[in-house]
Amino acid sequence: MTTTTGPSPSPEAVAEIEQPMRQARLPRWTPWASLAAALVVALLVTAPGGRSLGGVVAITAIAHLVLIGVLSAVREGSRRAKDRIVTALVTIAFGLAMIPLVSVVWTVVGNGLARFDTTFFTWSMRGVVGEGGGALHAIWGTIIVTLIAALISVPVGLLAAVYLVEYGAGSRLAKAITFLVDVMTGIPSIVAGLFVAALFVIVVGPGTKLGIMGSLALAVLMIPTVVRSTEEMLKLVPNDLREAAYALGVPKWRTITKVVLRTSVSGIATGITLAIARVAGETAPLLVTLGITTGTNFNPFDGRMATLPVYAYYQYTQPGVPAEAGVERAWTAALVLIILVMALNLVARLISRLFAPKVGR
Amino acid sequence: MAKLIDVSDLNIYYGDFLAVESVTMTIEPRAVTALIGPSGCGKSTFLRSLNRMHEVIPGARVEGKVVMDGQDLYDKDVDPVSVRQHIGMVFQRPNPFPTMSIYDNVAAGVRLNAKRMSKSDLDDLVESSLRGANLWTEVKDRLGKPGLGLSGGQQQRLCIARAIAIRPSVLLMDEPCSALDPISTLAIEDLIGELKSEYTIVIVTHNMQQAARVSDRTGFFNLAGVGRPGHLVEIDDTSTIFSNPSQKSTEDYISGRFG
Repeated sequence: MTTTTGPSPSPEAVAEIEQPMRQARLPRWTPWASLAAALVVALLVTAPGGRSLGGVVAITAIAHLVLIGVLSAVREGSRRAKDRIVTALVTIAFGLAMIPLVSVVWTVVGNGLARFDTTFFTWSMRGVVGEGGGALHAIWGTIIVTLIAALISVPVGLLAAVYLVEYGAGSRLAKAITFLVDVMTGIPSIVAGLFVAALFVIVVGPGTKLGIMGSLALAVLMIPTVVRSTEEMLKLVPNDLREAAYALGVPKWRTITKVVLRTSVSGIATGITLAIARVAGETAPLLVTLGITTGTNFNPFDGRMATLPVYAYYQYTQPGVPAEAGVERAWTAALVLIILVMALNLVARLISRLFAPKVGR
Repeated sequence: MAKLIDVSDLNIYYGDFLAVESVTMTIEPRAVTALIGPSGCGKSTFLRSLNRMHEVIPGARVEGKVVMDGQDLYDKDVDPVSVRQHIGMVFQRPNPFPTMSIYDNVAAGVRLNAKRMSKSDLDDLVESSLRGANLWTEVKDRLGKPGLGLSGGQQQRLCIARAIAIRPSVLLMDEPCSALDPISTLAIEDLIGELKSEYTIVIVTHNMQQAARVSDRTGFFNLAGVGRPGHLVEIDDTSTIFSNPSQKSTEDYISGRFG
């Protein structure tokens, strides 16, 4: 133990001399205080009569940016001030991105709940012109059409991706296919629908509308997505694992099925599920390929089929009498579709967690 | 089980680039042959050409002969897959299969090749391979746990167990200890000493002390310059190479005057 003698330095001198890395900081609650102050400013600036939510939010955001920037520049210096402003900008951008999402979910849930009842899930539209009626036929149609589309595009897409990564790597053919697949992912969905419709007009005859045509149109849209996502997942498998399998005297095809695909199965399954979720909501290609019916049709090779997106479209454009009943059914169909897509996304997450390689002791 | 390998006039290419030039050597059975030399001299490339792993890289090819048991491994009728079933390999970085348990990793050579084997035979194979790799006592209570959960040194011994579970005649090791700490390195060096009673072992190493410790014979590779092919300078008993090499460049390399 030693005791210091002589005059002790003043606190300012300590801060100056011994702690050159120490800087003044604003308290942690400053951003919130600034936000509250900005809100008050916005409320004061706008006249109580002509006040709108959008205007208040916009003025609050700008006032907050200015306030936090000035406060920070005065107390903390310019570097931290920039940090504060950029943080506020990023947060505002996030808020902007959330607006349409929240708004869509809010509106669809708000309008769709009115007809979210057992009738909706047990009735079709056969013989219904006014109130009542349901979307059972459209729900079945969406499930059947999407399932067949998946059955077509998953094997094709998966094997194409295996070719691109494991066999064609670097070859000109593989590069050309990759380029075309990229182009395909960008084609408007109506083009896929018209392509299949035109094909069936030539082969079967004009005016043909079948469930399988809808599945084919969705498959055309889905294959590029499956190829692309599977390709990326296969590329992530370290070459070390392929070499480890080869060095054990395992043939190439077994290495691919038992090691490469097994290692990447969680990512591939996730990609496929997301691709299914994406095409399940397609409207345009289904509109031109399988039309709409009022009754349930389980046979994709015979006659028209109803699907949820097309159902929603027709309930909105040709609502019958009274019109409100049709519009309400359209909202509920949209809600069911959103729930379906959300469920598929949750399934994708579940799959990726279930199949992911486990690291643990 | 251990086999002798005769290499004559082996040229190894990556596309048009000649990576290793006219190697001629005899690899003795039941002995450890170490390959040393500066980076880029083609030791690993040469090692990979011994079990036809070299040609896995697109454009890679080989000229010359590698004869084991009177059979040229590069004969057009020889299937590279069956060559690899006779000549096992351990890589620089431990690479257990991430989706498999410790047990499944060791059994991978059997399972992936869809060989039929009863459960008890497979259990015996896994146990004997893990014992062979000095890993059994550490993992016997958690065979069902993922192979990636082991430490780096244990993972490398797991890979050795996986390699010897296919009962190869020859074991190739490409810098097996370069990613490991000294204690794990010691464990693997001890293991190599035990394995040589049953296998022909070829090990590539950057560590000259390691070559001196574990090997019976040592080959020194060198290259004339950047972009020039690597070549075998000499191969002899380890004691001769380290005490009285016949080539000046070997002596310079070993005594640390270059490289």
